Amino acid sequence: MRRGLLWLVRGATLGALAFAIFGPIANLALWAVAVRWYYPYKLPLSYGLKYWYEVFRPSSDAAASLGTSLVIALLTVAACLALAVPAGYALARGRLPWRGAVMLAFLVPQAFPSVTVYINIARIFYTIGLNGTIVGVALVHIVHGLVFAVWISTAAFAAIDRDLELAARNVGASALRGFLTVTLPLAAPGILASAVFVFLESLDEFTGTYFVGVPDVTTLPLLMFNASIGGNYQIAAVTALVLLVPSVGFMLVIERFLKADVLASVGT
Amino acid sequence: MTERRLPAFLLVLPALALILGLFVYPLGYTLVSAFTDKDGHGTFANFSKAFELYTDDILFTLIIVSASSLAVGALAAGIGGYLVLGENPRAMALLRWLYRWPLFIPFIVAAQCMRSFLAKNGLMNNTFDALGLIDVNNAAGMLDWRGIIITFVWKQTPFVALLLAGAMASLDRATIEAARNLGAGRLRILIEIVLPQVGGTLVVGLVLSFVTMLSVLSVPIMVSGGAPTMITVDMAFRINSYGDYGVANALGFVSYLMTGFAAWVYLRRSIARAEAT
Repeated sequence: MRRGLLWLVRGATLGALAFAIFGPIANLALWAVAVRWYYPYKLPLSYGLKYWYEVFRPSSDAAASLGTSLVIALLTVAACLALAVPAGYALARGRLPWRGAVMLAFLVPQAFPSVTVYINIARIFYTIGLNGTIVGVALVHIVHGLVFAVWISTAAFAAIDRDLELAARNVGASALRGFLTVTLPLAAPGILASAVFVFLESLDEFTGTYFVGVPDVTTLPLLMFNASIGGNYQIAAVTALVLLVPSVGFMLVIERFLKADVLASVGT
Repeated sequence: MTERRLPAFLLVLPALALILGLFVYPLGYTLVSAFTDKDGHGTFANFSKAFELYTDDILFTLIIVSASSLAVGALAAGIGGYLVLGENPRAMALLRWLYRWPLFIPFIVAAQCMRSFLAKNGLMNNTFDALGLIDVNNAAGMLDWRGIIITFVWKQTPFVALLLAGAMASLDRATIEAARNLGAGRLRILIEIVLPQVGGTLVVGLVLSFVTMLSVLSVPIMVSGGAPTMITVDMAFRINSYGDYGVANALGFVSYLMTGFAAWVYLRRSIARAEAT
């Protein structure tokens, strides 16, 4: 009797949790395939991929936004890796003065509410002609992404056994060759994970783009926001799903690249 | 020694310069802009105007973010606790698979999900109606302060739960088993033995969540249209409608103070722990 009750409580709790987690996603997915749906009907009146076509039609605003988003995200990843790999290596290996203070500086963007900062960046960019440009938006994304890129690559380099590098040096490899053929390949999984993470963060970024990108740069999140505020739930839902799928996919595979404890130590 | 330090510093310099130039400098700009008028003279006028217009919103923001943090902490402790103290392997595996889904979903997508899910005629009310719990025609939506809290909790709980579950998994099991052998219930073990040992991790996760939620612009706009609203929305409004950087930065300064409060809680706890050991 008590056993049965326990099963019931456990099942009901997990069921409620599953409803709370998947319900909102399911509602979004329904909107993405609904062609006609209005009050008081509980389910869409007709289904179809009409709005998918509208979003992915090559001449659509959404296709242009997707292109803009991808260009900005790729720029952001390239810049973050170029800056974070040397920095991470130096922080993990070099004898850096004030290392603690430098590590702390890379945490500052996580420690302050960012809206105020974006407002002031937009004001500064406006005076130097960077507002409303791809480069301006990418710069904002790079600063945001650097936090993760530097911390993850520092952790990745620190986890490599120093003796392996020394062995390479002993058999005559130069410092650069030792780094390129021994250290970098060993740190690659962590760095790759940080690159994917930075890519997703850039793809999903809204607030900074909202202030710095106006009026010319419309990324996918901005398009989704405008569609949602404009009451076009289908377009908003399709765009939101396009943003949601890579995020969930990353969540499902991340542990193959990064152990949960490394992930957990990022930003703490 | 010096010649080895120099290259290391040069490797860090570009990344550091970018953070200083594009985050720390604008951050400092907030102070200047909040405390000066258009001609550059020192003034508190921006603050008196901000408090005159937005006192309700400041309190609303503080309450929303604090309540969300508390709820996130309680749920994350429950999830982490079940994952470390649970007795049914199948339920634990299911929970472990289930709780992380919203982890990397961006706030703006979470807001769009909730905008349809929590509406009067959304999937939540319709499901409750189908189960016979409510009559959807008489029900109200939750697209107000409740919607903002639900969205924040939905999005942030996986992050804090992930941190907590990691910390709890590395605890010494001996004390837990000892307490269990002495007949302590699971809830009591969680509250009296497990949580005190991972308190630091919990506070770090909650402080980071607190700051994150304080920075979100999309959720209050999309989930709750009306007043009162969160100060991020007011800041955007001051900029977009009036070009009023003074009041916007004064509100920004207030949000820094809220963060400072959260950081103070965190530091006080760290100091107390350092003194205890």
